Amino acid sequence: MTSPHLLWLLSGVGGILVLASILGEILRQRLSPDGTNPVIENLNARIAAWWVMVILLSIAFLAGKPGVVLLFALCSFAALREFLTLTTHNRGDHWSLVACFFLVLPLQYYFVLIDWYGMYAVFVPVYVFLLLPVLSALRGSTKDFLVRVSETQWALMICVYCISHVPALLYLQIPGFEGRNVILIAYLIFVVQLSDVMQYVWGKLLGRTKIAPTLSPSKTWEGFIGGSLTAILVGTSLWWMTPFTMAQAAGMCLVLTLMGFFGGLVMSAIKRDRGVKDWGHLIAGHGGFIDRLDSVIFAAPIFFHVTRYYWSLT
Amino acid sequence: MSARFRSLAASLTGQAISVFARFMTAPRAIWQGIEPVPRQRVYFANHSSNGDFVLLWTVLPPGLRRQTRPVAALDYWLKSPLRAFIGREVFNAVLIDRRPEARVADPVAQMVEALDQHASLILFPEGQRNSSDAALLPFKSGLYHLAKSRPEVDLVPVWIANLNKVMPKGEIIPVPLICTLTFGAPLHLSADEAKDAFLARASAALLALAPGAPT
Repeated sequence: MTSPHLLWLLSGVGGILVLASILGEILRQRLSPDGTNPVIENLNARIAAWWVMVILLSIAFLAGKPGVVLLFALCSFAALREFLTLTTHNRGDHWSLVACFFLVLPLQYYFVLIDWYGMYAVFVPVYVFLLLPVLSALRGSTKDFLVRVSETQWALMICVYCISHVPALLYLQIPGFEGRNVILIAYLIFVVQLSDVMQYVWGKLLGRTKIAPTLSPSKTWEGFIGGSLTAILVGTSLWWMTPFTMAQAAGMCLVLTLMGFFGGLVMSAIKRDRGVKDWGHLIAGHGGFIDRLDSVIFAAPIFFHVTRYYWSLT
Repeated sequence: MSARFRSLAASLTGQAISVFARFMTAPRAIWQGIEPVPRQRVYFANHSSNGDFVLLWTVLPPGLRRQTRPVAALDYWLKSPLRAFIGREVFNAVLIDRRPEARVADPVAQMVEALDQHASLILFPEGQRNSSDAALLPFKSGLYHLAKSRPEVDLVPVWIANLNKVMPKGEIIPVPLICTLTFGAPLHLSADEAKDAFLARASAALLALAPGAPT
């Protein structure tokens, strides 16, 4: 699945990370020699975690379709574990929750793996939506029933359905782009995460005006505009490795950065409501899987469907 | 089976159980009142699931894990050969008999003996799994007797959150949810502190670590 373009993109990301690591070390020596400045320590933890994430993603790309499907299935598992830890459920939901992890999740990714679009596009929103509440209903507990089944369904849509659209990009059939679909995944993740990172950087440098003070103290207009514009500029300049023209790439990057931003906003609202700062603790410096994936979760299905509708044969 | 094979099997089984526990619960240790350093300690925790001591054991750094032994009920862990293997050889449990009429050894003496061999202990002072609505059942007196016999040992409260939702009593398949273990500040028996007062203080110290407890 490797193509010269993918190698260039990965080398570019590697270069950015080398630069970031050097910068992080200089900042540490200047501002936090004894390791006590929390912002600098967090920055370096984030950069270290980025190395791990990029390396894992590269290995999955090398392993081909099954590797990519497996990697995102595991991401879904970790995300679902974080999400359902914070939702409302009681003992009557035990079988529904077990089914979410050990039936719904593997089936959704299996349908992606065998490229059964007609099934994976409706499995969670139709079949699971209708059948899963039956399991909870049969156990007889009616307390908070609607809240319990709605929150479980939301968890599946966010953590399983949306994330599964990332590996599904491998199966689009775009004339003239055969054998290079992995670029679509790399491009989606690169633009969305670059936007996230640059929003963080611009926000730290000149962030003044908070967009939604009740939701997140770190989201500012300066950070949002600076970060999105940077990501759109860089993403557009890479149009030659995508199936898009330069103007189309610019439009696509605008959609990606907007959806990514919305993802961060909505997931922050949920965290605020549940009184937690992070979804989890497994990705040092970042928090949980959902903290890192929130923007990709919102961008992936839209990117998939727009690309499929306008460029794909299937 | 040769002794070497059994000990290898025990070590691998321990690793496998620990990996499985991490997969299901991504356990997070919050060292709120102490640091994970090699000091002799009695970790005492709330008990809502059979997985409690496994999870506590899993989040300890490997060096501490080797010298930490759970205190467990003999009538449960000797019921089948598999359980006996896991209890005795994998976790090196101090097996005590909860039935006063049947026992041949005094549980407190067994625990003190383990402490004198430089082990740390994992203890569930409620004495049984709590499936009631109360946050904690009343403590048995073993913790007090330990504190009295070996006053220099740190008694560390550990609140295990969410594990009862991973595997509610009576269910067979666990559901993956994140569990948190909060380690509090160590307790010691004060001079002239009575048994009931000490047990109440230990129970309150443990309860104060529960999520949502008033700080």
